[in-house]
Amino acid sequence: MPRSSFINSTLSLGLLLLVWHVTASIAASPVLPSPILVFTTLIDAINSGELPHHLGITLFRLAISFLLAMLLGIAIGLALGRCQQTNLFFDSWLIILLNVPALVTIILCYIWFGLVETAAIFAVVINKLPNVIVTIREGARNLDEELIEMSVAYRFSKWKTIRHVIMPQLYPYIMASARTGLALIWKIVLVVELLGRSDGMGYQIHLFFQLFDITSILAYTVSFIFVIQLIETAILKPLDKQSQRWK
Amino acid sequence: MNLLTVNIKRKQYQHHGDKSSFDVIQNLQFEQLSHEFICLVGPSGCGKTTLLNIIGGLDNDYEGDIKIDNKSGKTNASFVFQTPRLLPWRTVLENIQLPHETDISPATIEQLLLDLGLQNSLNSYPHHLSLGMQRRVALARAFSVNSDLLLMDEPFVSLDQPTARKARQLLLTLWKSQPKTLIFVTHDIDEAIQLADRILFLSESPSTIIDDIAINAPRSERTPEHINSFRNKLRTEHQRLAHLL
Repeated sequence: MPRSSFINSTLSLGLLLLVWHVTASIAASPVLPSPILVFTTLIDAINSGELPHHLGITLFRLAISFLLAMLLGIAIGLALGRCQQTNLFFDSWLIILLNVPALVTIILCYIWFGLVETAAIFAVVINKLPNVIVTIREGARNLDEELIEMSVAYRFSKWKTIRHVIMPQLYPYIMASARTGLALIWKIVLVVELLGRSDGMGYQIHLFFQLFDITSILAYTVSFIFVIQLIETAILKPLDKQSQRWK
Repeated sequence: MNLLTVNIKRKQYQHHGDKSSFDVIQNLQFEQLSHEFICLVGPSGCGKTTLLNIIGGLDNDYEGDIKIDNKSGKTNASFVFQTPRLLPWRTVLENIQLPHETDISPATIEQLLLDLGLQNSLNSYPHHLSLGMQRRVALARAFSVNSDLLLMDEPFVSLDQPTARKARQLLLTLWKSQPKTLIFVTHDIDEAIQLADRILFLSESPSTIIDDIAINAPRSERTPEHINSFRNKLRTEHQRLAHLL
């Protein structure tokens, strides 16, 4: 009987920790603290309430920008995918947005809107949006025309068509852009916090960098890896399974 | 009383790639009485599907007009396509309920499914049903909708003979209990003779109606022998139709 995936991941993580521990012992340097030190620092940070506070704020920013980017991205991607004329017109805007470096958009947002929360969220959304649009647009271009014709023949309302005919077909594209989007947004939120906010993980990591507190940097990193895993198992995987049940 | 008056002067398609166009349908006219069952028989590629799409309101790019004698004057058709076209991610029950604005009672649907032998498939997904069963669900969907006109585009093609025979019986049973004005496209002349009140024969593209034959025998008398002799009679009496028979 195959090993359960839980045992598999425990074993592989265990091996990683072992490699870390051995390398740290050999290096015996302040820049590579041992896993034990990192975990004790992690526990302390959790108990003091400092980690939950900053992690919570970062997660909040993540959630809002993710939601905004996905909702807008799906709406725009669908529109561009279904209407060739609109797509041709706005395609150059999309390419520009896709290629402007994240750092540039973040700095410009702070300069134009001030060092405020809305500028921060906006910057993250603007960075993620073009990726979602491009993915969803592709999905919208590949819809089953026979089913659309059926929905026209049976006089489905626009909303009914979107909900029952189009969205289920876009689902794999939505999941793909959600997964890559999550990874992207994490990284951008941290940069946004580093550049212009006074709380959150990005701010904390920058602080630790200035204090040369590598142990805390690693402790915070471990905590987000853990949170991502949680999001993956508690939210994304079940959504995946649910959507597959008709197959 | 005529329910439907079809008058298509011209329907053009563009050639892919160049600007030239060709006529698919030209001067096609016929009238249909309420609750009449018409079969359209024609060679492959002559434009039968196009014709059905125009009549059903899916295609408005043609010269001519379709008049329907109902309250709104707008065609209210339900379709059975060549492929079942069920939403794979919705159950059989949901697929049938979806075209309805006000909730159709589950009891009505269950009765329909019972008539079609699908009562155990209410909560199955289309993927889990055979093609024949999927087509029956599509048939149930079309019959459950309160429409003036039912348009069927070769719905039983690719079914094996026994399944096709059963499907035709089911169609006739449903049609008797819920009379609708029906246009049924087929290339199988025997199927047309078995089912129709009237057969309209279409020419090659640009298609027009070359013959309009009524079948007066009651359906109970349409045995395979009767169908054979009817077909042979057509062959001898209507030379123009020989290539279709």
